[in-house]
Amino acid sequence: MTKKTLLGGGAIGALAILFAGVGVADIDEEESLIVNGEIEMITEAAAPDHLDGSLSTIYSGWRFRSDETQAIQADDFDNPAFIFVDQAITEFNTVMGSEGNSCASCHSPGDFEMTRSTYPQWDEERGEVQTVEMQIIECQTERMGMEEPYAYDAQVMRNMSALVSSEGRGQVVNVAIDGPAQSAWEEGREIYYTRFGQLELSCANCHEQNYGNNIRADHLSQGMINGFPTYRLKQANLVSVHNRFRGCIRDTRAETFPVGSPEFVALELYVQSRANGLTIEGPAVRN
Amino acid sequence: MADNVTPRVRVPRDASAGDSVSVRTLISHPMESGVRRDGDGNIIPRQIINRFTCEFNGENVIDVTLEPAISTNPYFQFEAIVNETGTFQFTWYDDDGSVYEETADITVS
Repeated sequence: MTKKTLLGGGAIGALAILFAGVGVADIDEEESLIVNGEIEMITEAAAPDHLDGSLSTIYSGWRFRSDETQAIQADDFDNPAFIFVDQAITEFNTVMGSEGNSCASCHSPGDFEMTRSTYPQWDEERGEVQTVEMQIIECQTERMGMEEPYAYDAQVMRNMSALVSSEGRGQVVNVAIDGPAQSAWEEGREIYYTRFGQLELSCANCHEQNYGNNIRADHLSQGMINGFPTYRLKQANLVSVHNRFRGCIRDTRAETFPVGSPEFVALELYVQSRANGLTIEGPAVRN
Repeated sequence: MADNVTPRVRVPRDASAGDSVSVRTLISHPMESGVRRDGDGNIIPRQIINRFTCEFNGENVIDVTLEPAISTNPYFQFEAIVNETGTFQFTWYDDDGSVYEETADITVS
């Protein structure tokens, strides 16, 4: 009897080791996402070199969602995020600030085709890494003469961020991690692998070591941000990158960094670089 | 008056006579149910789209009564049989009396 139990225990142990890897089988096999019948998305790619083997393949968060959720993103009419993009277009054409200009006075939305895929990005003049939101605030305060620019995570800011993302759909993510941006990138990487909170979880614990598995009811993705700002079905609204970072860190029961903080800017640069090779899907539809 | 209420419709551009076409409509509207409370504890007043109609060349295709349980940005998808070229007329009626309209043409051969 004892021998049998031991053997049984050994067999279960062996099985456990076999399945200790990530739930790769849980990633959706249907890999083709073509939006509006024309924009071809890359939802699976070889991991960028800087990951150094910690991941072999990178997947967009789209691959981890149910078929119904995936289908919503394939058509701009069905994608509820575009209601917000429409609102952003109205704002884009609205005069604001003492200079009497609107965004449209200098830009057309098509100018932003390469923006989302290359931000966050080093700004030589400011001597810092800038996110899209920071760039918008810079434009508003320094060029449009607005006393009260958009708040970092306000609805209007998220809408505008979604507009910028939507123009960049299909472009391959390609953020610079070297040169002047390198120290911020390294700071971001440091944060990614740091355990936070009462639960002592780092980003990597869930998104690198356990993607494809479930944490309670959440089907973990690799935490790629190529789809941001995302329309979350749970929120029935757009969610920005920093808002999501706050949510994740709060889930570890830690006091989180604020939105727009240098820590989150660095983390955003690092996390976006993990998606180098995937295409911009934003604004995407997720749970 | 709700802000930023924008209707959108999607109808195929052409069809054959007798075909059943899929019509999709969306209107951005907060659909405030009237049971939510604000930060001070006061009820946020109800304001919803309470009726949606669709007509094709003057003939009623669908007439929907909406109740507060329907959530933000009501989306309707339905089939309509078309026998002739014409125009779909969509109308949304708000609690406050506002009426939103949109049209879509279809060529039927």
